Amino acid sequence: MTELLQHIVNTLILGSTYALLGIGLTLIFGIMRVVNFAHGELYSFGAYALYFVGVMLGLNFFLALIVAVVLGCFAGALIEVVLLRPMRGADIDTTMLVMIGAMIVMQNGEQFVWGGVAKSVSTPFPELPLVIGSISVSWLRLFVFCAALALIGVSYLLINRTKLGKAMRATFQDRDAASLMGVNIQFIYMATFAIGSSLAAAAGALLGPVYVISPQMGNLASLKAFAIVILGGLGSIGGATIGGFLLALAEELGAGYVSSGYRDAMGFLIIIVVLLFKPTGLFARAERIG
Amino acid sequence: MKRAHGLITGAALAAAMSTALATGAAAQTIKIGVNEPLTGPFAASGTYVVNGAKIAADEINAKGGLLGRKIELVIEDNKSNPTEAAAVAEKLITGDKVPVIMGAWGSSLTLAVMPKLMEYKVPMVVETSSSSKITTSGNSYIFRISPPSSVEATEFKAIMPSLGIKKADFLVINNDWGRGSAEDFGKIMKAQNIQVGLVEIMDQAAQDMSAQLAKIKATDSDTIMVTTAVEQLTLVLKQAAALGITKRIVTTGGSQNPDQLIEQAGAAANGSMHLTTFAPWYPDKTPDPAATKYFLGEWKKRGYAIAGATESFRGYDGIRTIANAIQRAGKAEPAAITDALWTTDFPGLNGQIKFQKQGPAGKESGQSMPNLYLIKIVNEKIVLSGS
Repeated sequence: MTELLQHIVNTLILGSTYALLGIGLTLIFGIMRVVNFAHGELYSFGAYALYFVGVMLGLNFFLALIVAVVLGCFAGALIEVVLLRPMRGADIDTTMLVMIGAMIVMQNGEQFVWGGVAKSVSTPFPELPLVIGSISVSWLRLFVFCAALALIGVSYLLINRTKLGKAMRATFQDRDAASLMGVNIQFIYMATFAIGSSLAAAAGALLGPVYVISPQMGNLASLKAFAIVILGGLGSIGGATIGGFLLALAEELGAGYVSSGYRDAMGFLIIIVVLLFKPTGLFARAERIG
Repeated sequence: MKRAHGLITGAALAAAMSTALATGAAAQTIKIGVNEPLTGPFAASGTYVVNGAKIAADEINAKGGLLGRKIELVIEDNKSNPTEAAAVAEKLITGDKVPVIMGAWGSSLTLAVMPKLMEYKVPMVVETSSSSKITTSGNSYIFRISPPSSVEATEFKAIMPSLGIKKADFLVINNDWGRGSAEDFGKIMKAQNIQVGLVEIMDQAAQDMSAQLAKIKATDSDTIMVTTAVEQLTLVLKQAAALGITKRIVTTGGSQNPDQLIEQAGAAANGSMHLTTFAPWYPDKTPDPAATKYFLGEWKKRGYAIAGATESFRGYDGIRTIANAIQRAGKAEPAAITDALWTTDFPGLNGQIKFQKQGPAGKESGQSMPNLYLIKIVNEKIVLSGS
C-alpha cells in the first residue's frame, strides 16, 4: 500500500511536468498544425537559460526561473518570425522539415556552447524531503508540481477566457474569416508559437534542477510531448493535461509492477491501445468541416 | 585566355599539393585513435578519459615522442551510441590509418567496436568497460586495463563481511555493463549466503528513477547495489534521498567520480560507498606515488575539475600502455603493436599493467588486473575504507 501511494505521489509530480510539455505542444501542433520537432529543444533551452541566469549570472533562483520562461517566449517568437513566417501556406511536410532542421541546429548549438557534459543547478530548497507517514517527497519536486499546476491553469484561462485566446482559436479555425474580422493574423501566429515555446521552456527550467541539464535532454521530452498530444487529442488543453498524467501513471506503475526495463515502452503501449479504440485521441477538439 | 587561366589554376593546385605532401612528410606523427563518448549520457566520463589521454600524449611528446616521432591523438566522439562507436572505429582505421585505438568507454560501445578490430586486425586498449563478455568472446585484439565486473565482484567478496550485508537489491543501467554487474555481484553474494532481492533496470538516458526506487524502498533489503555512470548516479542518489531511502548504497563500475557526486548531489551523497580503481585522494597509497602526483599536478595545472581524476587516470594509463608497446615494437604497425602489448609490464597508476590471457584458447584477449578500493562519502568528504 505504501509503495502504491509513493507511486501515485511520483505520478502526480511527473505528470504535472508532462502536462506542461503537452500543453505547449498542443498549441503549436494541435492548433497551429506545425509539427514542431524543436519542442524538446525549447525545453532544453529553458533549462540552459535557467543555468545561465541562475548559476553563471548568480540571479535568485525564482527570478531566474521567470527570466528563463521569458527568454523561451522570445526564442519561440524568433523561430516563428524567422523560420515559419516565410513558410506560411506551405504544406505541413515542408514546415516539418524546417523544424527538424531547427532541432538539429539548436541541439548542436547547445552542445557547442555548453559542451556535452551535463550541468546541474542547485536550488534554495532543503535537501531533506517532506515526510508524511511513509511517503516522502522532495520540496523541490513539490514546488515543481505547484508551479506546473499554476502554469496549466494560466494557459487554460488564457486560451478560453481572454480576447487573445479567442482570437487564437478563431485564427486557426478560419484564417481568412478571422482576418476579415480585424484579427492581426501575423501577431496571433507569433503569439501562439511563443506561448507554446515558453511553456516548454518553463518545463525545462523547472525540471533542469530536478535532473541534470544536457544537450540531449530534449530528445525524450519531444517524443513524450508528441505522445501526450496524440493521446489527449490534438488541440485540447484538457486532453493534454490528462494525457500527461496518464503517461506518467503508465510509466510509474509499469516500472513499479511490471518491469522497470520497459518503463518508457509502457507509456507508448497505452497510446497504441487508446488509438486503436479512439483514433482521434481521448479528447479531440471537434474538427471543423469545410 | 580561358585555357591559360586553367593552366595557371592547375599549376597552383599542383604547387599547393606538393607543399601539403612535403609538410605531411616532415611532420609525420604516430597516430593513436581515441574512441570515446564526448556527448550523450556518458559525456562527462568520456571527456575525463580524453583529458587524461591528452596529459599522457603531452608528457610523451615533451620527452621527445616515440621512435623519434611525435604522437598524435585522433579523438573521435562515439556519442554514447554503439552504432556510432563502430562507425568511429571504422573511420579511425580506414580514414586516419591509426595502427592502434583506445576506447570505447562503455561495454556496449566496446562490444560494438570489437568486430571492426577483427576485420582490420587492429588492436584496442580498453580503458573503462567492465562487461566480462569483452575478454571472453575470443577477440585477440582486445587488451583491457580496467577490471571486469567479475573481478570487481571477487575483490568485493573480501570487503563484504565488514559491511554485514544480509539482503541486497540491484539498480543497474540497462546495457551489457549494468546487467553483467548485477549477474557477477549477484553470483558472489549468493555464494556468501547473502540474499539477492530485486534487480531493477534503468534506461541509460533515463532521468527519473523514482519508480524503481519506490519499489526498492518497499523491500526488506539493507543494501542497494547500483551500477551506472556519474550523471545517472547523481540522480539516483538525489532521488533516493528524496524518497527517504536509508538503505546502504554501494556503487560499482569505477565511473562514479565521487568528487562530482559530492558537488552535484550534496548531502544526498553522504553514506554512499563506491568501488573505485584509483584513489587520487591518497596519492601515497597508490602503487606509483610519483606518477600519481605528476598526473594530478598536470590535471590541476590544466584547470580540470578534480572530480574527473578517478576516471581520467584510465585515459592516461591507456595511452601510456599503447606508447610503451609502440616503443618496444619499434614500429607503429598494428601486428607489431599487438605482439608488443602481450609483453607489457610497466607500473600504471593503479598497479602493474600486465596482460593475462582470457577467453577461448587460441584467440585470447588480454586482461590486466588493477587494484580496487572501497571508499565512503562521510560528511561530503571521501574516506578510504577496506583495501
